[in-house]
Amino acid sequence: MRRWSAALAVAAVALAAGCSSGGSGDDGGGTAAKPVTLRFLSLAWQKESVAANKQLVEEWNKANPSIQVQYVQGSWDNVNDQLVTSFEAGDPPDVIHDDSPALAGFSSRGYLLDLSGRLPAALKNDIPPAAWDTVSFGDGKGGQGVYGVPFLQESQVLLANRKLLDKAGVRIPTPDSPWTWDEFASVAKKLTKDGAYGVAWPMKSPVNKVLNLALNFGGTFFTTTGGKTTVKVGPQEREVLQRIHDQLYTDRSADPSALGMGTADPLPGFFAGKYALVPAGVYLRQQVAEQAPEGFDWVTLPPLKGVTAQQGATSQTLSVPADGKHPDEAVKFIAFFLNGPNQAKLAKGDWLLPTSTSAATDPGLTTGENGWDVATASAKDLVVAPYLKVNGFDEWKSKVATPALQEYFANKISLDEAARRLVDEGNKVLERYSQ
Amino acid sequence: MRTGLKYLALAGYVVFLAFPLVWLLSTALKTPREMAALHPALIPRHPTLANFADAFTEQDLVGGGLRSLVVAVAAAVVTVALALPAAYALARRPGVLNRVAIGWVLVSQVFPVILVVIPLFMVLRRLELVNTLAGLTLVHVTFVMPFALWMLRGYVRAVPREVEEAAAVDGAGRLRSLASVVAPLLAPGVVATLLFSFISSWNEFLFALVVLKDPEVATLPLTLVRFTGPEGVARLGPLAAASLLATVPSLLFFAVIQRRLRSGLMAGAVKG
Repeated sequence: MRRWSAALAVAAVALAAGCSSGGSGDDGGGTAAKPVTLRFLSLAWQKESVAANKQLVEEWNKANPSIQVQYVQGSWDNVNDQLVTSFEAGDPPDVIHDDSPALAGFSSRGYLLDLSGRLPAALKNDIPPAAWDTVSFGDGKGGQGVYGVPFLQESQVLLANRKLLDKAGVRIPTPDSPWTWDEFASVAKKLTKDGAYGVAWPMKSPVNKVLNLALNFGGTFFTTTGGKTTVKVGPQEREVLQRIHDQLYTDRSADPSALGMGTADPLPGFFAGKYALVPAGVYLRQQVAEQAPEGFDWVTLPPLKGVTAQQGATSQTLSVPADGKHPDEAVKFIAFFLNGPNQAKLAKGDWLLPTSTSAATDPGLTTGENGWDVATASAKDLVVAPYLKVNGFDEWKSKVATPALQEYFANKISLDEAARRLVDEGNKVLERYSQ
Repeated sequence: MRTGLKYLALAGYVVFLAFPLVWLLSTALKTPREMAALHPALIPRHPTLANFADAFTEQDLVGGGLRSLVVAVAAAVVTVALALPAAYALARRPGVLNRVAIGWVLVSQVFPVILVVIPLFMVLRRLELVNTLAGLTLVHVTFVMPFALWMLRGYVRAVPREVEEAAAVDGAGRLRSLASVVAPLLAPGVVATLLFSFISSWNEFLFALVVLKDPEVATLPLTLVRFTGPEGVARLGPLAAASLLATVPSLLFFAVIQRRLRSGLMAGAVKG
């Protein structure tokens, strides 16, 4: 009996502790006497990037005692669930780090503040129109707006084992003279020998990668006529699909066992000399630099060229919620956080490309070390990914495109069948969103 | 010979169960280079504590752990305190209402959690419990309660009515019979339910993500996820180190109360 009483006492104490802990949720202040407090939800996750974010917040807080920023770290994995809940409940963070595909949906539901006319000219002019395109969306009521400030972008480059390239006697491409897809196919064949493959295509999530690369041949996958968007898979869209498939099953220069891999999964094979080339986003260089065995000689190669070297791009963004309590202060903070020098720090921390033209000239982003020069140069060919403007893209991607492309790359269905599914089943999905 | 085989099978089972934990330990002690080896080794060649140092310096693991502990202990104790009398009533008082109640408890389990997150958040906000550990505890109690109720109902039903009748014949009143006869027999069931409730609350992520806004109140699962990036890429070393540390309280809790779990439920209850 005594033991039960003790247990109940512990429960009461624990609950009381639970009730008293925390609960100091700041309501943002807003009175004249109290400084305004902004909650900044950041998705930085790499060590250097988190450090850069925190350092900038600290700098701001020191210089702006009346507008204090509270750094809240979120996670890419579940940020959109978290945000939808807080938007619906009317308690979103004051400054939101996310990416442009998420913004498309949020803006049409009226969750985000239209920043047109609110941003300082210096910030507007420092970021090129192609990047602003990635954050310009419909407001769901027939209007257009700018729903975030784009600040980091990613291009697809090739990470290469330099020793294997030299041994095969192939030309090392440069930003001014990149490999064409034909040259890439021939090099990959040359590099396929002694049990090693020329290339590994990690295609666990193939859709964005393929759609971004398809622009090399002018493939957009979507067309809009009379306000209605439909899927199209014509000769231009088929080029990249067919070429990757050929590497897998005709040339046999790509390892089919890499198809199920996530972006970073081919690295152990890359380091072991099993794959000579790995197509990857520029940020993967960080993991190569950190994990490569001593003496491993690697090089970043510029994006491939088809008819053009253009690639579809999305951006990481900072936004302000529509029903935020301190929009003006939030915009001021964003203007500071994303100025040229600060974007350079953030880009280095995340190993991504800054949208700021002044940041792109930072010596740290143009050095040859770790392929920064090649990566930064690739930004000039980034254009807004066409799928960003498509209502229903997320559903098309998860329900139609991902399984169809995975089956096509696994050689289970033909290109015609994959194209039929992308179009027929895809249009049914998009139809619902246009109603 | 048969005993030897039995021990061999048991040893195999233990290795099977322990392997994920051992692999977690191994990963936590590896350098980034070793983690990227084509043929990863179980025993790190150059063991390092750098991942633990990174995990501790970059995230508030201790604070997150303490807050998780407060929430999990409170949720477990309150859940059992509320579920036990309800389970007893449901097990001992058959009837239509009872069956409806049990059915409803079961049906409540089929709702996807994501459906109730937004309304729940709004209710908590009206109660001014958003961003508080008390709010999260309340949510955990609500969501663990149905299963805890089912578990405890099963344990109560396993206690023969004859035991209570015998106590009544010996002159014990209702309360005395419950406290001195039924409660000790239910102890292993209560402990198992406490353990289940504690672990459910300790590991819970989605509600914590939605209810807790400020870093000062973040629980451990929220802290762990910060080592992951987009497209499933993660900082495996610090994540493994932090995850390993996060399993320690559960293991300790289990070690402390496992003797109670092992003791026979009905040992000596009814004299033959």
